[in-house]
Amino acid sequence: MEGKIVISVASGKGGTGKTTVAVNLALSLDNKRIQFLDCDVEEPNAHIFLKPKIVHAQSIGIPVPQVNEEKCTFCGRCAQVCLYNAIAVVKKKVLIFPELCHGCGGCSLLCPEKAIKEVNKPIGVLEEGKTDSIQLIQGKLNIGEMMAPPLIRAVKKAANNNLITIIDVSPGTSCPVIEAVKDSDFCILVTEPTPFGLNDLILAVEVLRKIKIPFGVVINRADVGDKKVEKYCKKERIPILMRIPMDREIAISYSNGIPIVEGKPDYKEKFKELYKEIKTMVLK
Amino acid sequence: MKQIVVISGKGGTGKTTIAASLASLAKNKVMADCDVDAADLYLLLHPTIKETYEFKGGKVAEIDQENCNQCGKCQQVCRFEAIDNNFVVDSISCEGCGVCFYICPPEAIKMVERLSGKWFISETKYGPLVYAKLEVAQENSGKLVTLVRERAKLIAEKEKKDFVIIDGPPGIGCPVIASLAGVDIALIVTEPTLSGIHDLERIVGLARHFGIKSLVCINKYDLNLKNTQNIEKFCQVYNIELVGKIPFDIMVTKALIAGKPIVEYSDNHTSGQIRSLWGKIMKV
Repeated sequence: MEGKIVISVASGKGGTGKTTVAVNLALSLDNKRIQFLDCDVEEPNAHIFLKPKIVHAQSIGIPVPQVNEEKCTFCGRCAQVCLYNAIAVVKKKVLIFPELCHGCGGCSLLCPEKAIKEVNKPIGVLEEGKTDSIQLIQGKLNIGEMMAPPLIRAVKKAANNNLITIIDVSPGTSCPVIEAVKDSDFCILVTEPTPFGLNDLILAVEVLRKIKIPFGVVINRADVGDKKVEKYCKKERIPILMRIPMDREIAISYSNGIPIVEGKPDYKEKFKELYKEIKTMVLK
Repeated sequence: MKQIVVISGKGGTGKTTIAASLASLAKNKVMADCDVDAADLYLLLHPTIKETYEFKGGKVAEIDQENCNQCGKCQQVCRFEAIDNNFVVDSISCEGCGVCFYICPPEAIKMVERLSGKWFISETKYGPLVYAKLEVAQENSGKLVTLVRERAKLIAEKEKKDFVIIDGPPGIGCPVIASLAGVDIALIVTEPTLSGIHDLERIVGLARHFGIKSLVCINKYDLNLKNTQNIEKFCQVYNIELVGKIPFDIMVTKALIAGKPIVEYSDNHTSGQIRSLWGKIMKV
């Protein structure tokens, strides 16, 4: 169990400090083998702080249909079965809209003439990088591409299941977030004590309860704002795992891509404590 | 009538703070909150809901256990690993493609509509606001965004409004593309951090990809003047007008706690900068 713990870091609201918490947690563990998955594939930023050497990169795609017009009888079955409207048959022509395709394979499977084959359409890049202690796997969604979940799945598939794993998640509460946090042993929700922070925390809590992942809260910029996040957590019996104060120095080092623990080594102990607390809760 | 979307790539740079201030400054407009994952604009605009609609974003497979002969065909064809070994559909993993429904030999599977959210037409003291709440852990936020935008535009046309002001979601994926497509102006709110710059480059790329005119506003510009200079240079290279530089100001948080747009909460320098920002947007 020791080696296999998977912790995701999510938030609902953007810009609350997910990447900060994820990166500093990873850098504070004395274990030589930490795996970091950047599943915020729309805007992956952990590499800015971890500064890994990229050792491997590969294109990731989804299967999209290609029609052999010689075999096609334009019967329209493919368009009828596609629930995403990614394929249409007009007169003697089949139109394919790859950006709407989810790669379910229904059209090629159900085509009576076997006239549809699937071809790979790149949606992003998967990169693996290394630092002294951390192995980073990140996805980068191509610009103009809509669908993040297949790339997130690819990042998680490339992961080594025997390592302590920290997952950085995109903001929000919909499909990319679910894809990134599901199967983790614990999720840290990072929030801030403002009405926006609280509103989005409540949504994120709903998500985690729905998919049954244990979680706790880290309050960032904890000393500005109001007490409503604290009150909410108390009422809902959600553990507050850590409070990071508003600190201009932290904000400035963040702006320069420097992790907190580099400028303020005493934070290493705090993040170690955070990990210990999570581990105790997971093993319970 | 002009449609203006406020986006950022990176989350938490101040989109909603700026959008709420524009709601207060712009005359004769409709507001649309297209961050349907974590809608926060209503917390500052205090709407009265006039009309509520259900959003059915997609379908989900349901297996009738009495008719199921456990042949396993559905599991074989499902690419989303949504059917477990007891032949129960995991509604969170199911992408509603319907392939299992078409392929099931005893026809034991049906596709049922899922309630994916709600959307509202509301009235605020600033004018109409259209916003939505995606149920947690749902897909198709892009579709819901499109719905919200279409309705806001319809109201604007009917009531002869001059602007639709759209608060957009973070990221560059499906809901962002739905918020951005076909608008007149994208106001990109960034911050002088390496993460902010990294994400700015990607969101500017996205706006260009769709041929949308971008304007940039640097929030918390005084946090890192060197990075602010780099953003200014970036804007020059890409020929993007920099329409505002807003300082790091605790009053912004205080206004948020008070539930007010900053331009109404305080008459300070920050508010002055946002007023001048709106002046520049109007001239575009």
